[in-house]
Amino acid sequence: MNLLSITLNFLAQVFLLDQKTYTYMVLTKALIDVANIYKFISEFFKKAIRPPYEWREILNQCFAMGNRSLFLITFTSFLAGIVFTKQSEPSLSSFGAESWLPSLVSQAVVRTLGPLITGLICAGKIGSNIGAELGSMKVTEQIDAMEVSGTRPFAYLVVTRVIAATLILPILVIYSDGVALMGSFVMVNSFSDSSFLLFANEVAASISYLDIFASLIKSALFGFTIGITGSYAGYYSDEGTTGVGKAANTAVVVSMTFLFVIDLIMLQFLNLIR
Amino acid sequence: METTSSPLEAKKTLGVANVVEIRNLQKSFGERKVLNNVNLDLRAQENLVVLGRSGSGKSVLIKCMVALLKPDEGTIKVLGYNVPSLSPSELNELRLQVGFSFQGSALYDSMTIRKNLEFPLMRNLGIYDTVKLNEMVLTALEEVGLAHTVDQLPSELSGGMKKRIGIARTLILKPKIMLYDEPTAGLDPVTSSEINDLILQVRDRYHTASIIITHDISCAHQTSDRIVALIEGESKVQGTFDELKASNDKDLKHFFNY
Repeated sequence: MNLLSITLNFLAQVFLLDQKTYTYMVLTKALIDVANIYKFISEFFKKAIRPPYEWREILNQCFAMGNRSLFLITFTSFLAGIVFTKQSEPSLSSFGAESWLPSLVSQAVVRTLGPLITGLICAGKIGSNIGAELGSMKVTEQIDAMEVSGTRPFAYLVVTRVIAATLILPILVIYSDGVALMGSFVMVNSFSDSSFLLFANEVAASISYLDIFASLIKSALFGFTIGITGSYAGYYSDEGTTGVGKAANTAVVVSMTFLFVIDLIMLQFLNLIR
Repeated sequence: METTSSPLEAKKTLGVANVVEIRNLQKSFGERKVLNNVNLDLRAQENLVVLGRSGSGKSVLIKCMVALLKPDEGTIKVLGYNVPSLSPSELNELRLQVGFSFQGSALYDSMTIRKNLEFPLMRNLGIYDTVKLNEMVLTALEEVGLAHTVDQLPSELSGGMKKRIGIARTLILKPKIMLYDEPTAGLDPVTSSEINDLILQVRDRYHTASIIITHDISCAHQTSDRIVALIEGESKVQGTFDELKASNDKDLKHFFNY
């Protein structure tokens, strides 16, 4: 009996169902969810390319999202830069390769650490906010009110948030990379008294345009995932106040999981073209 | 299900005085049949009360009328539009002519009252001129006696005030039909009576036809020209308040004598 079968058997017993019925229910729900998400994403692209465009609301959302996560990104990125440098220094010094420290840190920060830290923070801050906001609007019939007054709520609420998240994530990642490298410099400077100019030169020499471009594409994909997951969870949340909590929770958990999946896929893809 | 090629053609098939015609409407959620063979007509400038117990399918009925829910079977004609078969643009056209006042007011809580009222004007009518917007918003708020709340947030208002502003937000688009979902639910008797008066004023000033969904007998008494009783999802009895009160129907008697 494999792990999946044991789990399904256990859950079936908890819910007083036979395993076949439970498996059928789980599979049906999963398939319905996949179909609904596909429909939701198709609807997003249809509405996103069709005018009128909601530029003002997109900018408002970009500003709100950036503002909401800036402090946390600054704090965590700076600490991550310090910690990663401090952790890497003993390994490199045992080979007499301390001078490679800026190069190692900058590649790690630009390729993975920066986008991932920013993505995870934004999944928590932006994703949960979108899920909870749209969920409470759904519960209190505000989305229905927009629908019946012909004000195109999908375009106003979903398209704007997803585009804003897709646009703001690359900007936040560039900022996060800069702050993490500053943190790294502080640590490097405490080991070796190297100048900022030397550190910056080594960082610039070790990062390729492909690294930067791939990092930006990856962070845009992270933003899109966070926006879509949060919007879907909120827009189709269950009725009642528990639905709002569930929407916020789903938005965070699902988007965080997808961030790692996207990171892995991008890594494989980049290894192929490098 | 009967379909019509265009709203204009459909208009011709509609009885002259009826603005809404519902025939054999059926709607289920899973195994549970919520609406079962509902038939209903709404005449021009008439206040029609749909009376029924909680869970009898009243709200589902008006949500089907504006395509928030899709019926399983039956015909719904609103202002000549055959609702279940409308294209998105036709549906939008219809929705601009139908005002919907929600049970919980459904005011956009992140916006001030001004923004709440400006929102449909900007997005539907493309009005962005601040002077004109201000004038229209204040006029609509004066109609419901709440012009002083214009820069407040919905969270700062009482339940009765929210209901009035919800009504003002729908009236700002000058609808031909008003749908009120439980307009007096959760309100004290005095505020309920004020809302009932407002419903009558709206009919007289805007010449709207209205469907008022309620389980509140005093609301039905005060606002109705005619009542349809919805019992277990079926439109069983129709008539004036006094006719229904005198009816021998067992379920209805129980309702009126409570």
